[in-house]
Amino acid sequence: MKDPHKKLKVAILGSGNIGTDLLVKVLRSSYLECALFIGRSLSSPGMTKAISLGVPVSDLSIDVIMKDPDCCNLVFDATSALYHKHHANILDELGKFVIDLTPSRVGTMAIPAINLRECLHCKDVNVVTCGGQASIPLAYVIGQIHKDVSYIEVISTIASRSAGAATRINLDEYIETTEEGIRLFSGCNNAKAILNLNPAQPCVDMQTTIFAKVKKPYLEKLRNAIDSMVKKIQCYVPGYELIVPPVMENDRIVIMVRVKGRGDYLPSYAGNLDIISCAAIAVAEEYAKATIEKVSA
Amino acid sequence: MAKILINDVTLRDGSHAVCHQLTKKQIAVYAKAAERAGIPVVEVGHGNGLGASSLQIGESLLPDMEMLKTARESLVNSKLGVLIIPGIATINKDLRKAFEVGVDVVRVASHCTEADITERHISYVRERGKEVYGVLMMSHMATTEILVEECHKLKAYGAEGVVLMDSAGAYLPGDVMERISTLVANLKIPVGFHAHNNLGMAIANSIAATEAGATILDGSMRGFGAGAGNAQLEVLCAVLGKMGYQTGIDLYKVLDAGEIAEQELVQITPAPKGISIVSGLSGVFSGFSKHVDRIAKEYNVDPRDILFELGRRKVVAGQEDIIIEVAVNLWRKNEH
Repeated sequence: MKDPHKKLKVAILGSGNIGTDLLVKVLRSSYLECALFIGRSLSSPGMTKAISLGVPVSDLSIDVIMKDPDCCNLVFDATSALYHKHHANILDELGKFVIDLTPSRVGTMAIPAINLRECLHCKDVNVVTCGGQASIPLAYVIGQIHKDVSYIEVISTIASRSAGAATRINLDEYIETTEEGIRLFSGCNNAKAILNLNPAQPCVDMQTTIFAKVKKPYLEKLRNAIDSMVKKIQCYVPGYELIVPPVMENDRIVIMVRVKGRGDYLPSYAGNLDIISCAAIAVAEEYAKATIEKVSA
Repeated sequence: MAKILINDVTLRDGSHAVCHQLTKKQIAVYAKAAERAGIPVVEVGHGNGLGASSLQIGESLLPDMEMLKTARESLVNSKLGVLIIPGIATINKDLRKAFEVGVDVVRVASHCTEADITERHISYVRERGKEVYGVLMMSHMATTEILVEECHKLKAYGAEGVVLMDSAGAYLPGDVMERISTLVANLKIPVGFHAHNNLGMAIANSIAATEAGATILDGSMRGFGAGAGNAQLEVLCAVLGKMGYQTGIDLYKVLDAGEIAEQELVQITPAPKGISIVSGLSGVFSGFSKHVDRIAKEYNVDPRDILFELGRRKVVAGQEDIIIEVAVNLWRKNEH
């Protein structure tokens, strides 16, 4: 994979905060090559950044992929939930492997620390939400250790500056998709998600809290399992950090994490961008490795 | 003299004062009293509005729809109102159902700098032909210029009026006067004010708001609300009457409703006590006070230290979880 010609060709659809952060990460990857960065306006900040990095760009949205389907093998969709519903059918017909970074709930939910390998067989993989990527692995661990989890709640706070237009218009989808992810991976049917935007200057880091109600908490066992899960997440999200290890407060389990970004597009406070694009990159690289293996076999 | 629209938040903000444990009977009895007094809008629900029953903010005794149905049955001329904060509640899960129950007025709220998250929710209400207002919470955290910009957004999305909430009870009358008069001069739609009494300024600030041109005021009986409570509604009606403003509310009956609220709902009449005063000084959301009190005891730290630290970190409504983090950090510092 040292040979750059053997990298998997990807297209990024959506030139907002998430798409642009993703672009910087793709450019750093040994397995991925950005064949096309796609938006709707060549003058948007994301587009300007892509042009300055010498990446091929287009302002024709999904049309450019329809016109030249061979331009890429994998498409990242970083537009919005509503658009992805439209894009999903088109990309499916074109036979593209799609990683959806919007809270559309169209594809199979992927949490790299839990189900990375399984996702590669799907055609449309959804990386849930930033809060989902931060909390679901922990909710999963809580569900693995306790068989009687009656309720899980996750609260994320992100810096206002890091929430672009699509994030803001998709708050309802964010909540409902995060809740579905929690239910799916923890096995607990009763879940709630809350998202806060905090405008403080200097910007706050992304922070996520998980509350869980269980009849009999196994705190020691939970602490160890959470520690190992955190290490697993740190392999693909380096800025992920446990700030309050599992404690009991007011008859509920409380766990808190902070996510610092790598500062790829927005500064390091935007851990929310970082964690979702890191998850998308983890899936894409795994797919690239599997594809290359298949080709060379 | 101008007519003032009174929005009664006794059964919504008051929920904070009793950890969201209002019963069906309490809601029914109070809604009837408010109806008799001719109060125009009765807002009902969890302290943070629709869908806010949670471990983060506090679990409600009753589901939202049961609270709303109960109030609906008692209200004829008074309108039934709800508060919704995007990021906590959604259209599908919450707002749609509230309309099925027969809600008349919706107030869509965001932190004071984040009005653009209210667009879909305001439009949704507007499309259904119901009354909708935009609310900016914790408004002391933004400059007047930013508040004007954010209110323009609310107006553009379809809000019929805008309300500034002094969620931390941090304002002094001069602050209110300056902000409200600027909004009134710039907006051409009704402007409202929601007071908290952390610094003992709730009535004074509400009056400053009307003198500056506000035509919507929030209040609650006996001040029944988060932290040090809201502007006391009976007093507000009396003072507005004395100043010659019209509220359409019957004085004797609103005073009677105050008695009923005291007997039926109010366990402890809200007053600015230590924690609430510090919450006002540090600019921290009034609804945090009960959580801060509990968590400070659990970790054996001074609740006032927690509040000043929360203020320094500029936490917003909905960030109750940070209280635990701050308490844990203070506790660790004290231990070592």
